[in-house]
Amino acid sequence: MTLRLRLDPIACAGHGLCAGLLPERIGLDEWGYPVITGDVPPGLAREARRAVRACPTLALRLSRVHGTRDPSEQKARHRERNS
Amino acid sequence: MGSPPENSTLPGASSRAAVGRLTAGWQRRSRPPRLGEHDSRVGPLPTVREARRGPAGLIEAVTAAGLTGRGGAGFPTGSKLQAVASRRGPATVVVNGMESEPASEKDQALLAMAPHLVLDGAVLAARAVGAGTVHICLDRARPVQVDEVWQAAEERRLAGRDQVQLLIHDLPGHYVSSEETALISWLNGAEARPATVPPRPFESGVQRRPTLVDNVETLAHIALIARYGPDWFRSGGVRDAPGTMLVTISGGVSHPGVYEVAGGTRTGDILALSGAAERGHVLVGGYFGTWHHLDEVAHLPFTAAGLRTAGAAPGAGVLYVLPEQSCGVAETARVLGYLASQGAQQCGPCMFGLPAIADDFAQLADARPAGDVLDRLARRLAVIPGRGACRHPDGAVRLAASALTAFASDVRGHASRRACAARWRRASSALPLPRSRADGGWR
Repeated sequence: MTLRLRLDPIACAGHGLCAGLLPERIGLDEWGYPVITGDVPPGLAREARRAVRACPTLALRLSRVHGTRDPSEQKARHRERNS
Repeated sequence: MGSPPENSTLPGASSRAAVGRLTAGWQRRSRPPRLGEHDSRVGPLPTVREARRGPAGLIEAVTAAGLTGRGGAGFPTGSKLQAVASRRGPATVVVNGMESEPASEKDQALLAMAPHLVLDGAVLAARAVGAGTVHICLDRARPVQVDEVWQAAEERRLAGRDQVQLLIHDLPGHYVSSEETALISWLNGAEARPATVPPRPFESGVQRRPTLVDNVETLAHIALIARYGPDWFRSGGVRDAPGTMLVTISGGVSHPGVYEVAGGTRTGDILALSGAAERGHVLVGGYFGTWHHLDEVAHLPFTAAGLRTAGAAPGAGVLYVLPEQSCGVAETARVLGYLASQGAQQCGPCMFGLPAIADDFAQLADARPAGDVLDRLARRLAVIPGRGACRHPDGAVRLAASALTAFASDVRGHASRRACAARWRRASSALPLPRSRADGGWR
């Protein structure tokens, strides 16, 4: 399942940790703010979640791309949230 | 009941392009028309029962009329009314009269000449979506307007005209403070800065209620549609741009001002109303708009669909003709400096990106670029858009990019340290820039 990175630009303070943890999908502009370059394929999901957790201002979120609803994935996410 | 205003020619306007609906009966006077004068001009407000006529009354009529928002985004007004009305619980209506676009004057003109038409529309919209309160948001830098609108609301209250409460607010008038989430933020007691969406205002706005935010011109059209019906509305304009619209024309023209034109009127015919020359450059859509050669847009309808082929949009109905002796690069640099100063200082790409491209343009305007300014601009203009909470950075980037194209030969000259002659005619700086209102803060 493909995941989508969403950034709250007001919350983001340009710490840049996300780009270090997920350089495949997050770059930094010349002022140090993240530039998201695409959706996250299943193979990068673990790194993406790590980048989300690392954000000091909780500005980064990960959501399912609309239309890729998959019940087994939903259950997995539910378990993850409640663990 | 008064008779519907026809698409009559405005007094003084020589071209067939001008019509008078919203502007019917406008004349020079020292005060806005009173309630009685207003009613005798356009007819009394439809009663609650009349407004409920038909399956869904006003909402259906506005949808059938095909009215679109006149604040710049052009969203279908009927859909917006429906979205708010179908939410659970009491709703709220916000009237956006901020008009923060420096090159636009149409909302100020409308509020000065026909405040009751705007208030009628707001009250009708409130009835339709189930709102008991209407918040009217105005720029506190316009005390005369605030006073006049307050008097109009007071007149209605004393006459017992409306079943809804009208509250007048004067907000800090930063460029981004007119953004709908900024209005809601301020009305909820925070600063007048744009907020992250979702939630959208129709989902959770003022006091978390479903909230309808509409531009004053949009509401004035609603007031006329409620009286005369969608067929009357569509009798002016074209299929994809029904009715009329207000346009502000300024710059190098002999008759600058606010004009009402039928939807679908060609851009060149609108410009002709103001006595614009047929050559030169025009800024279409305001400071979030785009520069064009006149002959690139003159033949196109002044509508979202019509202008799209040229990469332009009508915005809030703004046309600025570059005076013959002005330098487009220098004018754009001035506006970019203003836009950079007007950000909400919330999002990195806007906070740092806009001052950077404004500085690049200032170097270009001075014909003293440091390094490869065009290469740097190309990189920066590509990376900034789509990354702010609101569209402020996108608008500024659009303006800058269009200047590089429309003034390409001047840009090349400036970049190779050859300023155009107009650069030294400082008096030709003409695009209006409000003085900084940093003193007022964001509260």
